[in-house]
Amino acid sequence: MKNRKLFSALLPVAAIAGFILFNACKSGESTNNDKDSVAATITPTTDGGAGLKLPAGFNAAVIADKLGGTREIAVTPQGDIYVKLNRAKNGKGILFLHQEGDQATVKTGFGTFGGTGVYVKNGYLYASSDEEVFRYKLNAQNEVINPDQPEKIVTGLLSRREHEAKAITLDNDGNLYVNIGAYSNSCQEQDRKKGSPGQKGCPILDSAGGIWQFKADKLNQHYGDGVRYATGLRNVVGFDWNQQNNQLYVMQHGRDQLHDLFPDMYTTKQSAILPAECMYAIKKGDNAGWPYMYYDQEQHKKILMPEYGGDGKKEGGQGAIDPVVAFPGHLAPNGLLFYTGNQFPEKYKNGAFIAFHGSWNRAPEPQAGYFVVFQPFKDGKPSGEWEVFADGFAGTAAQTASGRAEHRPCGLAQGPDGSLYITDDNQGTIYKITYKK
Amino acid sequence: MDFKKAPLIIFVSVLFTVTGLQAQTKHRAKTPVKHTPVGLKASIAAGQKVFTQYCVSCHQADALGVPHMNPPLVKTTYVLGDKTKLIKILLNGFNEDVEINGETYSNSMASHDFLKDQEIADVLTFVRNSFGNKATAITAAQVKAVRATNKKS
Repeated sequence: MKNRKLFSALLPVAAIAGFILFNACKSGESTNNDKDSVAATITPTTDGGAGLKLPAGFNAAVIADKLGGTREIAVTPQGDIYVKLNRAKNGKGILFLHQEGDQATVKTGFGTFGGTGVYVKNGYLYASSDEEVFRYKLNAQNEVINPDQPEKIVTGLLSRREHEAKAITLDNDGNLYVNIGAYSNSCQEQDRKKGSPGQKGCPILDSAGGIWQFKADKLNQHYGDGVRYATGLRNVVGFDWNQQNNQLYVMQHGRDQLHDLFPDMYTTKQSAILPAECMYAIKKGDNAGWPYMYYDQEQHKKILMPEYGGDGKKEGGQGAIDPVVAFPGHLAPNGLLFYTGNQFPEKYKNGAFIAFHGSWNRAPEPQAGYFVVFQPFKDGKPSGEWEVFADGFAGTAAQTASGRAEHRPCGLAQGPDGSLYITDDNQGTIYKITYKK
Repeated sequence: MDFKKAPLIIFVSVLFTVTGLQAQTKHRAKTPVKHTPVGLKASIAAGQKVFTQYCVSCHQADALGVPHMNPPLVKTTYVLGDKTKLIKILLNGFNEDVEINGETYSNSMASHDFLKDQEIADVLTFVRNSFGNKATAITAAQVKAVRATNKKS
């Protein structure tokens, strides 16, 4: 209660300074994982090379660039790279690169489809378009044997031009997980139209707005062959299987336009940081609550969605799970990777790296994001404050604020030696992050 | 009588023609500013407010949009071309992929038919005369006319 009063008092001056003050006032409290503004976070200041700021001891190298819209990335045990392009370039939607030192050279391209997902597991390369998931048999060197003859694993997924990316990941029991993003902002009768109410019993959730589970080795699966593993997730691009507690973790892209649609309830400043971009630990059957609620990282509450009668204060989401970490709004988490390598210092082991693509929905407030964050974990659960791990992708502060970022982090992968790989889908850059003791 | 007055009539006609031409030349050269200067300025100012409220979060403060998602409003025929088409985008929304300068944009734009004729006229006039754009104003009467014949989708 005390904090809420304090918050209310600060609302009129809800500038960044206000949030910092707010943070400072409650810092004596618990070590909550959620922070209320990007300005209050730990950010690295050391020049890590390749234009990036990194913690001391880390080094960045650009190992390839100008590849196209490089989305997700997979690195084989041999150190070779598969990267998915959002649109096929010269008829090639997947690139295969071989590394020599700090250079990765494109050896071949295949797969005529654009898309987002790419994953290597159990002798296969999995890759997704916006409607289908394919796999390619790999040889002992993890090279694709028949690049022109993929097996179609899943087909007929909805893609309606909004949240169309079908991110993929696999568990250790032969299952494939596919994100099917909601083709909507908040399930209004008319998407993003001011005054249009939320649809009762949101029909989108039958076929989108969740994570679907399919068999990793069964061909031509449709919706009916899969299981809606988790629902109430507006859009997920970054997700990964946590090996420590054998569980799926996802990063949700929260809703847009609170101020545009409800100017009487939300200022542009509130709209810029709300709602939270949430990390959820998912169990089969979970519901994360979209479109009936969003998570407010300042009130630490699930709030009733205004399209469904909310006013920014009324609580909602009864029966919906709570996030395990709540990040500031609109930062667009596109990559999630649990670090299991041995190269980085001990604190990074089993923790999560998250690539934030960067915001666009904060205008007219300054945009933010375009960085890679580290969230420490302990025993398979988030533990302690997240911090910015790699920054500087956007270029200057002005480029960050305007959203005219030079590079936008998207996909993450871990190499066999524990190096971290980051893609940028704006200019088609691949960064390799290493650590020297 | 006529013959006596003839030189005068000719003189007056020539004078009118010359001044008329001059006026027209001047008028043309300064069209964007001189043509209802107060009205245009006011419309742009009012339009900026509408833009900030309803457009900026997607199209951005520099109106250059967001790659792959929200199209730019700068130097495209969608903005600078046919007024009726442009007015219809605001009234009906825009729900198809659009390619501008080799980049595809896919986000849906909601119908903004809840805006008043004057608000639509103002915001379009603002966009057509900002961010390096230069095009004629759009009036509330034009919006009203398009709205009257607009096929509801």
